[in-house]
Amino acid sequence: MTKKIVQIENVGQSFDTKKGRFVALRDIDLDIHEGESIALIGHSGCGKSTLLNLIAGLTRPSSGVMLCGGREIAGPGPERAVVFQNHSLLPWLTCFDNVYLAVERVFAAKEGKASLKQRTHEALELVGLAHAETKFPHEISGGMKQRVGIARALSMQPRILLMDEPFGALDALTRANLQDELMKILAATKATMVMVTHDVDEAVLLSDRVVMLTNGPAATIGEILEVGIERPRDRLALAHDAQFGECRAAIMEFLYHKQLKRAA
Amino acid sequence: MTAAMIAARPGNMAGTDATEADAGRTAVSIDETGNELPATASASKVADGVKEKAEKSLSLPAEPLAGRIGEWARALLGIVLPPLAGLALLIGIWHLATFGGGGIPGPGQTWDAAVALFSDPFYVDGPNDQGIGWNVLASLERVGIGFGIAALVGIPAGFLLGRFALLSQMLNPIISLLRPVSPLAWLPIGLLVFQRADPAATWTIFICSIWPMILNTAQGVTRVPQDYLNVARVLNLSEWKVFTRILFPAVLPYMLTGIRLSIGTAWLVIVAAEMLTGGVGIGFWVWDEWNNLKVEHIIIAIFVIGIVGLILEQMLMLVARRFSYENR
Ligand SMILES: Nc1ncnc2c1ncn2[C@@H]1O[C@H](COP(=O)(O)OP(=O)(O)OP(=O)(O)O)[C@@H](O)[C@H]1O
Ligand SMILES: [Mg+2]
Repeated sequence: MTKKIVQIENVGQSFDTKKGRFVALRDIDLDIHEGESIALIGHSGCGKSTLLNLIAGLTRPSSGVMLCGGREIAGPGPERAVVFQNHSLLPWLTCFDNVYLAVERVFAAKEGKASLKQRTHEALELVGLAHAETKFPHEISGGMKQRVGIARALSMQPRILLMDEPFGALDALTRANLQDELMKILAATKATMVMVTHDVDEAVLLSDRVVMLTNGPAATIGEILEVGIERPRDRLALAHDAQFGECRAAIMEFLYHKQLKRAA
Repeated sequence: MTAAMIAARPGNMAGTDATEADAGRTAVSIDETGNELPATASASKVADGVKEKAEKSLSLPAEPLAGRIGEWARALLGIVLPPLAGLALLIGIWHLATFGGGGIPGPGQTWDAAVALFSDPFYVDGPNDQGIGWNVLASLERVGIGFGIAALVGIPAGFLLGRFALLSQMLNPIISLLRPVSPLAWLPIGLLVFQRADPAATWTIFICSIWPMILNTAQGVTRVPQDYLNVARVLNLSEWKVFTRILFPAVLPYMLTGIRLSIGTAWLVIVAAEMLTGGVGIGFWVWDEWNNLKVEHIIIAIFVIGIVGLILEQMLMLVARRFSYENR
């Protein structure tokens, strides 16, 4: 790992609510290196989405510094694509047009219409939804919507891919397929990824480091686990891999032993 | 910060509603297509389609035709009968109330007058004596022009008000002050400015239609779910794209509500305005017939005004349904 692409220094985030100030995150220190895959894991409501939104630039931190490529993160941008937890497709556009909107934004300056359409088509094919291109979001299932959201983010060929529980609504088979595809894409594009997940296996399989958050309020980074399993990774072989098992156990220990007591 | 959050709250709530609705729909569509691999999914869908067709063509002749017609007839009666009964009741009461004579004509008399009137709705006998068709069209024209200008001004104004908090803080008190004022109070101003009756009536229509369009559009803009705006921000879309792809479609249902309310009030107001200004128009016609003491014509006018209003309303409902992406 070489260059730092994202630097998070002493970042805190609090919200003003009716009951007063609510501290969601405090003292977050994390450097993300170019090409690295990071999994964010923690109990529900601890602040994973909040941290991801900060990296995306959708919200600004209450304290601390956030840098991307050495420059302060002042707002969102297409080089940091986001897969939203609730898919956030535009209901008045077809699946194709939802993805096309992103493709157009990123590539229209350099490429013709045919090429943009080709890119859109390929992105949807990648998530197995070429047959649903002309459908509207309300005509497809929750898992399919989530996949369109993933296609939209991938189609932008971002330097950093930020994903908020992207595979949460999918069945095991589709989930495994997309995880494999994602690993291939990351290997090919050398993109950096930060993924929020609830799934311990997914965290270990996909990431180089697993960042574990303590329970909120005022959550912070509890532990960081270096996965250290070689790439490319094969899910079948890993099932019996001792290193995989150790990583898994370490995360489980953190989540269900160290943090469970404080969970509401 | 606090103000911003409070302002953001309705949007967030709308967002939650949408997600819940999504969940409901999701359950249905999982049954339909499932998460199978694409190839199998489409294959099984085709198979389903074939099966469905086969079943349909089998079941058609199986059921006795007479039974089916009977069923339809019963369904039709179920829809048509209650309103007809209501209408009959109204006419009955009307008949009883006017039976003993008095100033108000009964249903039969009114019907005869209506037949005579509608046998030639488009005659012209000088500027103050024209067929009822011309009168209705003249009123519709005034409503159309006044409403059209109000839409051209009100909808963009609504977008600006919704988008820029300062502007809405500046103008909201003024709008709240002026909105409850009867549009007829503006008629003298119109007469003074335009020096003629016709544009003055159009002016009243403009005034009464503009408020619902401004307010509903502005409300729509503030209620655009934050999720959609986040998409725009992540993609860093140009202002024009944000407007055409996100703001406009998201606000459209609210805008159409505003338009519907506007047309409704405009049609209410035109009758009163024309009574005051004279000329050609259904409102003036009512007044004229009152002066001629043709009360049955006034009753006919009431029905005509009601029916035209109903048609306007239904037309806009149709348009609104066409653009409501949620339940298309
Ligand atoms: N805009 C906001 N205003 C007030 N509180 C907020 C806001 N956004 C998040 N919070 C609070 O911050 C905490 C962290 O929320 P966040 O959405 O980041 O959790 P999460 O870890 O992503 O949970 P989940 O796994 O369920 O998605 C929660 O307690 C939440 O109520
Ligand atoms: Mg979350």
